[in-house]
Amino acid sequence: MAIFEQSIHWPVWLMVLPLTGALLTFAIYRYQNLIGLITAMGILWSVIALAQKVLTEGPQRYSIGGWGAPLGIDLYVDGLSTLMLLLTAAVGFFVSFYGVGYAGFRQHNHGSGYFWPLWLFLWTALNGLFLTADIFNAYVTLELIGLASVALVGLSGQASALNAAMRYLLVGLLGSLFYLLGVGLLYAGYHTVDMASLGQAAQAGPLPRTALTLMGVGLLLKTALFPLHFWLPPAHANAPTPVSSALSALVVKAPFYLLLRLWFTVFPDSTTGAAANLLGLLGAIAILWGSIQALQTQRLKLLVAYSTVAQLGYLFLVFPLTQDSMAASTAWSGALYYTLAHGLAKGGMFLAAGTIFYALQQDRIQNLNGISRHLPVTAFAFGLAGVSLMGLPPSAGFLAKWSLLTAAIANGQWGWAIIIVLGGLLAAGYVFRVLSYVFMQAPSKAHYRPVPWLMEWPALLLALMAICLGFITQTPLTLIEIGAPMSYQYLLP
Amino acid sequence: MIFTPALLYILTGIGLFILGLYALFVHSHLLRKILALNIMASGVFLVYVAAAYRSPEAISDPVPQAMVLTGIVVASASMLLGLALAARVKAKTGRTELDDGSPSE
Amino acid sequence: MNWSFWLPVLILLSSLGAGIVIFFLPQRAYRTRTTLNMAAATLKLLLVAALVWGVFHHQSYETRLPLLPEMDLLLRADTLSVLFITLSSILWFFTTLYAIGYLEASPHRSRFFGFFSLCVSATVGIALAGNLITFFIFYEMLTLSTYPLVTHRGTKKSLRAGKIYLGYTLMGGVLLLTGMAWLQTLAGPLSFTEGGLLAEAPPIDPQTLTIIFTLLIAGVGVKAALVPLHGWLPQAMVAPAPVSALLHAVAVVKAGAFGIVRIVDNVFGVEFVAKLGVAAPLAWLASFTIIYGSVRALFQDDLKRRLAYSTISQVSYIALGIALLNPVATIGAMAHLVHQGLMKITLFFCAGNLAQTLGIHRISEMAGVGRRMPWTMTAFTLGALGMIGVPPLAGFISKWYLGYGAVLAEAEWVLGILALSSVLNAAYFLPILYRAWFSPQKNPWPEETSRGRLETHWMLLLPPLITAAMALGAGLLAHAPFSPAEWARLIAVREYPSP
Repeated sequence: MAIFEQSIHWPVWLMVLPLTGALLTFAIYRYQNLIGLITAMGILWSVIALAQKVLTEGPQRYSIGGWGAPLGIDLYVDGLSTLMLLLTAAVGFFVSFYGVGYAGFRQHNHGSGYFWPLWLFLWTALNGLFLTADIFNAYVTLELIGLASVALVGLSGQASALNAAMRYLLVGLLGSLFYLLGVGLLYAGYHTVDMASLGQAAQAGPLPRTALTLMGVGLLLKTALFPLHFWLPPAHANAPTPVSSALSALVVKAPFYLLLRLWFTVFPDSTTGAAANLLGLLGAIAILWGSIQALQTQRLKLLVAYSTVAQLGYLFLVFPLTQDSMAASTAWSGALYYTLAHGLAKGGMFLAAGTIFYALQQDRIQNLNGISRHLPVTAFAFGLAGVSLMGLPPSAGFLAKWSLLTAAIANGQWGWAIIIVLGGLLAAGYVFRVLSYVFMQAPSKAHYRPVPWLMEWPALLLALMAICLGFITQTPLTLIEIGAPMSYQYLLP
Repeated sequence: MIFTPALLYILTGIGLFILGLYALFVHSHLLRKILALNIMASGVFLVYVAAAYRSPEAISDPVPQAMVLTGIVVASASMLLGLALAARVKAKTGRTELDDGSPSE
Repeated sequence: MNWSFWLPVLILLSSLGAGIVIFFLPQRAYRTRTTLNMAAATLKLLLVAALVWGVFHHQSYETRLPLLPEMDLLLRADTLSVLFITLSSILWFFTTLYAIGYLEASPHRSRFFGFFSLCVSATVGIALAGNLITFFIFYEMLTLSTYPLVTHRGTKKSLRAGKIYLGYTLMGGVLLLTGMAWLQTLAGPLSFTEGGLLAEAPPIDPQTLTIIFTLLIAGVGVKAALVPLHGWLPQAMVAPAPVSALLHAVAVVKAGAFGIVRIVDNVFGVEFVAKLGVAAPLAWLASFTIIYGSVRALFQDDLKRRLAYSTISQVSYIALGIALLNPVATIGAMAHLVHQGLMKITLFFCAGNLAQTLGIHRISEMAGVGRRMPWTMTAFTLGALGMIGVPPLAGFISKWYLGYGAVLAEAEWVLGILALSSVLNAAYFLPILYRAWFSPQKNPWPEETSRGRLETHWMLLLPPLITAAMALGAGLLAHAPFSPAEWARLIAVREYPSP
């Protein structure tokens, strides 16, 4: 397209724009909302432009300032990064609008002025991570993501939020240090941190394996894979709603993205089937454990947070399912589609849950009866997001689950297939647990706070996007193919 | 494997890392936890500095040193945030430890 | 981009679009909502009429949207889909009219009619599905859109029913999904083909195929209420009468039965099913369900529950007819798909009228009601006699084809089942008729509400009368072109090349 000038460095803009926005919203307090929204739109525009470019020209490599590796900082964009950037932009866009409408900030105004700078800073760091081409810069961005998230979690200043933020910070730092140690060992061995050069240099051996283990543990801690998930539910449930949404939809995906990169493009030779099966097993336990916790908890936001623990488990099935080359690409695209579907649906669901929380001033599930009458749009958004999370058609979640399931069956890995199917049923259990209260008759003396429309519609639109990706599949699938570590093979000879 | 000075530093760094990890799990006081993380970070940085060593004659590699500098900046920022948060937790709850971690129902 | 591409889409959108708009209408926008509802239903009827005409003249209609590699959303109209889609769009029209009259004063009407339209869109999608995946997509959409209808009243009881309904149907969905994914990895894209897609697929181990067949049939058997997967159906009776009518006659139960037809005829193919030897167990299961449902119906005093068990029994005629793997029996099954819909919807409309006008829910309260509501009871009588299989009503035609087909298939035992079932049908329907027409009224009506000069509101009265007349017409004019039985013959001719 002509309007997207080829010479513009969109990847650089993707970091400069939110960073500028963060500084401006910090400095010019009065026009925070306006600046923030303009920034969000600018980022969305840049990501779409970049996606156009990747779609037409394939993977892109940029050297900032023309320096180039090993001295300069390189950026690399392929289909996977573009997909993550698009997801971040889509969720971020609606979270920003929700943030403008979020009336909770007006209540305990402590710290609410910091939402915009911190959130845009988080966005900068996320974009940076998805763009970076070397594992050390990945550490820096990872750490920045952690710091911004911790500050956002503690924004409300309440005791529970502070506790959750503190725990989150400690866990995050621990994870980063593990990762950093792994990077150090790799540098000692290969004298480079560039992902592509490392991929060429690294052979199977004790050094890359140790390094990958260390980095892997750090990333698993940050992405909250069972049994390292303990910090997630309190942090996600106690944060202000727009933050919860961004954390669940995006922030936990960032370390997962990095793990995918390391596993599939940097160290394909050092990975073993046993490690892949271990990751898959932990994922499977996460699905069951998270779902069971979600079935039992009494609070809506906690339920949604536990659902994140469960849904993250699905992503880790990509490791065992890609072991067999026969259906590897199906599993790969399924897992990426799952990331996309979960990001949109969970983003929408958290926003909806937060709106209900705000209207009721509490979020005990048994007190939700009749909410559909007061907040029809929000109830609908919750239901639609739930459809995608359950993996029921028509939704992106269904297509993702279908891909994973066919891959598992084609490989003859029946254990994973059963887990995939069972997880869907459990998800239906906890989603309908909420919906059944929502559809109940309203109590006569219920008292609701009025809710601004800016809090209702972003949730619905995000959930609708998750549904629409169940029909509009060609662009995401093409993106998944661009620069994928495994090319598509037909399941049948 | 030849026992070079670089390897000595690397092993020391890893030792510090493990020491800090142990302290992080054992102590419940927030300040001690933050200090433990600091020690772990120092261990990691030591590994980087050692990785810069090439041979007795050659100039050492500048890249890991640049990375350590970056790392120190990031780490000190994190520690500051940690200290600030710990102070807030103390002010709000009167405790210097985390609660038991079970999410409030 | 032409007519044959857009017609299926338009048919789908006519109710889907209306449903979405209705969701966002305020509760008090009665007139807009009613106009929109009826306009959409009329539009759909017209479009479906065009489709029927086209398919009869061997036009092909196909809409394809690629989703994943080897997975398309495929809408296609063949003779079988036309049969189902005509049934659902005609009955949707009358059910909408009925529902407008029925829910005049109840809350959440926008939500109700929104999901109502979604439910019909899903049914239409099931009818038009050109491959198993599309079928599944709409099958699950049907589950989701009927749940809010079942729990519409929002009481504890209806929520419990909703939970049971979901439990069964989601479980069925999972079985279907597993079977489908398995079959796809073995046989490729699962497009419905005349004579079965397995005929052209690479050879597959028969044992695996038997398991897959069981999974698929169990998956659709939940909605078709095959014993022992029928538990949700009597529970779902707490829903408002128009919903029950829709569930039993058009949407859910029929979707299940339709799925059985698709799987046997268009996925596995008659020859393959015969070779696998899985048809006989299916026929036994269907026969057992027929008898079981009728026996249970005998002991129900609640009118809607008796009708529910009657549905369990009657729908299995379809499965039985298909499982006999014989063209004549297939005609009977297909014809029954329509006939049962017409008769059962009449019965539910009438039950709803009794409940809404006089507050009657139990059969023991029905003494003398024929005098008070003669038109309603006339329609009810026609429906009930049709169910028993009294000539010349529609039910007789389907039973006759089934019996004749059974003889041709050398399965004479089926005749015994049919006879026994007819006796049982008579045993649970005739006492109702006797009580309504010939017993004098003993007690005052439980809860009488006056609704205008007629015996009840015209919107409640007209639909059952028309559907009863259609049930009568389908029997009397069984050999006229475009009658359900004649169309069923057309399907059988195209399914079995040399009958």
